[in-house]
Amino acid sequence: MNTTSPRETVIEARGLCNRFGSQSVHEQLDLDLFRGEILAVVGGSGSGKSVLLRSIIGLRRPNEGDVRVFGQHLSQLDEAQRSRVERRFGVLFQKGALFSSLTVTENVALPLIEHAGLGRADAEHLAGVKLALAGLPLSAADKYPASLSGGMIKRAALARALALDPDILFLDEPTAGLDPIGAAAFDQLILTLRDALGLSVFLITHDLDTLYTITDRVAVLSQKKVLVAAPIAQVAETEDAWIQDYFHGPRGRAAYLATQALKEV
Amino acid sequence: MLWDGALARLPDHMELMTTTVTSANATLDTTSSPACLRITGDWTLANYASLKLCTAGLAGQYDSMTRIELEQLGKLDTAGAALLVELLGTERLAQLAETDTHLPAASRALLQTVYCSLHDYCIPVKAPEQAVLVQLLERIGSAVDTLKQDTLHLLGFVGLILATFGRLLLQPKRWRLTSVVAHVEQTGLNAAPIVALLTFLVGAVVAFLGATVLVKFGASIFTVDLVAFSFLREFGVLLTAILMAGRTASAFTAQIGSMKANEEIDALRTLGLDPIEILVIPRVLALLIALPLLTFLAMLCGIVGGGLVCALSLDISPAMFLSMMQNDIDARHFLVGLAKAPFFAFLIAAIGCLEGLKVTGSAESVGAHTTSSVVQSIFVVIVLDAIAALFYMEMGW
Repeated sequence: MNTTSPRETVIEARGLCNRFGSQSVHEQLDLDLFRGEILAVVGGSGSGKSVLLRSIIGLRRPNEGDVRVFGQHLSQLDEAQRSRVERRFGVLFQKGALFSSLTVTENVALPLIEHAGLGRADAEHLAGVKLALAGLPLSAADKYPASLSGGMIKRAALARALALDPDILFLDEPTAGLDPIGAAAFDQLILTLRDALGLSVFLITHDLDTLYTITDRVAVLSQKKVLVAAPIAQVAETEDAWIQDYFHGPRGRAAYLATQALKEV
Repeated sequence: MLWDGALARLPDHMELMTTTVTSANATLDTTSSPACLRITGDWTLANYASLKLCTAGLAGQYDSMTRIELEQLGKLDTAGAALLVELLGTERLAQLAETDTHLPAASRALLQTVYCSLHDYCIPVKAPEQAVLVQLLERIGSAVDTLKQDTLHLLGFVGLILATFGRLLLQPKRWRLTSVVAHVEQTGLNAAPIVALLTFLVGAVVAFLGATVLVKFGASIFTVDLVAFSFLREFGVLLTAILMAGRTASAFTAQIGSMKANEEIDALRTLGLDPIEILVIPRVLALLIALPLLTFLAMLCGIVGGGLVCALSLDISPAMFLSMMQNDIDARHFLVGLAKAPFFAFLIAAIGCLEGLKVTGSAESVGAHTTSSVVQSIFVVIVLDAIAALFYMEMGW
């Protein structure tokens, strides 16, 4: 990929500070998401990955600094404009966050009915398409979230995130709790959707296989800011104890070797 | 690389927000030979409704000989791709996606993804709804069945509590006094102000009612008897029990239910601990202690409320009120009222805990069972009170 030519940013976070009481999570954090790329954010537990996600999508007002999405400040928009921007987000929450009082199909159909103005029958039909796309078995479509397995919840939540064909997809640990086959299929699905729809993907993950197979850039969140944001090969070479442990520990090496093997085939 | 193509023809969304969306269409040109199906415009979610109509109109009007032109296809998203799959069928589209060179690589990849996932996947057709009458009967039937099941469960659970309690009685080391005291504080002490206030007000209201009605017969002095009888025998214990059903049964269900939803109960079991012994017995014991005490408080406050109204509007002085109570009212009435308290307490706590244990996985289930526990415990309290009233009447107490 060409990283030297100027690229359009869809998300621009500048000087972000997030504090909880006296505890500071982010200090002067800068991060860009370019159009059409898959950016993975990694960091130790408690390094504020989810907080960063919440600040970007406007669920949390950062203590300092600002976030521009499509060149606009979310916090400065009025309600209608903001809703229009938010419609271009697809968010997959860590635990799925499916509405427990609606069936899986209804969960996916809800944004279609509310925002795309489709009739109920059309919306549920299209919801079926999205569920198929996310790889959810047919039998799960009429179930309630409480009776789904963890992997199915992830897929259903992805289908809901994709409902409005968003421009930016936010994924919070999408492959956590999936079996390796499911996780690999999930990675492939995200890659295909990105290619086909030109999605920009903001991905929080601990899955080293995902990092090596689908990401364009990896941003490492450490010491309250983005330590480095670059293609994975470059990140893995960075002189930092945590990064070295992360990418060159036994799991990191295994994932790296596996990707190399894949590339040779 | 594959997706560089995607970048090149990315829709400019900022522009899209200000300009109108290009209209999309599918037209069948029968004049040419072979016939030609033209797919034009943006096949996106914004055009979904009109495209749906359009494709429905075209269904069955073309065959495998029809040439399909995709040159003028604009933007394509998953909704549009799904419509194309439905319009053309997966096989035809698979063929097109592989051979049609006019189509950008990204759109081809999208079409492939969509038809691969829609292959072997038919959107379910909902079973037709049954007639209203059948539905009504079905619901009545299932409600009766639920009532039966609930009753059986409750009886079984009461047995389980008694058995566990009996077993623990002989092993003082396993009594969880701290837990019991904490629950007495929560259910008893913390509830005292609200119980006192409510019964005081009801006592005043009963006295007002008595004064209004009895004054016509010149018997307003008997307001004292009315207040004392009603609070000692019925209102004291009944009001307290209903308050406890609303306040404590729901709290028990929510506490135990959220533990159940969080798999904490399962964790207790795997640690070889008995959830009944650890969670249920202390709560039942605590309510067995708290409810009679609160009942006593309720009786006092109700009588004080009644006495105040008597003093202010009927000119019955507190001293006279007390001496009338002493003359007319046996200690028997107090005992008869108080005797009901432990039974109410036991059932309220049992229902609260049982509903908590019935919670399944979701947070929604916690809410549903909390509602159910309040309704059930109030119902049981009132039914039991009615039975007790009949029993006392027959016994002449």
